[in-house]
Amino acid sequence: MKPHFKRAHRGGVDVHFDPEERAVLRTLPANVREALEGFDLSSRPEDPAIARLYPGAYLDHEEDDAEYRRLMHGELHEGRLAALETFEAAIDTEHLDDEQAWAWLRSFNDIRLLLGTRLEVTEDEVSKRYNPGDPRAAPLALYGYLSWLEEELVAALSS
Amino acid sequence: MTVAPVEVDQPTAGEAVAADLPWLVIVWNDPINLMSYVTYVFQKLFGYTREKADRLMLQVHHEGRAVVASGPREKAELDVFRLHEHGLWATMQHES
Repeated sequence: MKPHFKRAHRGGVDVHFDPEERAVLRTLPANVREALEGFDLSSRPEDPAIARLYPGAYLDHEEDDAEYRRLMHGELHEGRLAALETFEAAIDTEHLDDEQAWAWLRSFNDIRLLLGTRLEVTEDEVSKRYNPGDPRAAPLALYGYLSWLEEELVAALSS
Repeated sequence: MTVAPVEVDQPTAGEAVAADLPWLVIVWNDPINLMSYVTYVFQKLFGYTREKADRLMLQVHHEGRAVVASGPREKAELDVFRLHEHGLWATMQHES
């Protein structure tokens, strides 16, 4: 099977996806944006998946931690959405430059963090838990698929 | 299995102010981030060699956490932020 990502001689990464795969990728950005909407960036989020994407910096200093969230989480959020937009704009492309490839990597990882936290995945457990009758089969399959893509993209970028 | 102790990058002479003990940037293990991705992020953000980045990643994986950088507060906070940008679970604490 042809790899999805391959280091290009001219720099960046060549991309190979079936139309069905691109259709799956196209559904992702809107879902992520929806998940990231409507929470207060300045306080500790209650939703564990959102908390995982917007962590604190200080474990034992509540004041410093609140200050960090107040100062940095807006920028963290903007950067996350910008990467997602770069990913979305390049879903139909055959080639990514290095900056686009980073945005893809970040977006794959952000989506995995969202899905993985919601599914409460543990290390090495995804394949064991997969059962087509499980209502969580679809998100688990998507999580596994994105893990595979991320692994491939890291390998291409590191080569 | 044992993992080699972490090399902490020493602050350069100009930064080594007595009143400013270094802050440690700590990355914690989590079940979602891929090992290869974590190694790659350490290389890209800190300019570490593949070997050093791999060693730190394995320390996070096996011991639950690792000090990946240190320095004055502002630098440590920026490092934590850049790790958060890439989805790693990072915190900072004052060296005691």
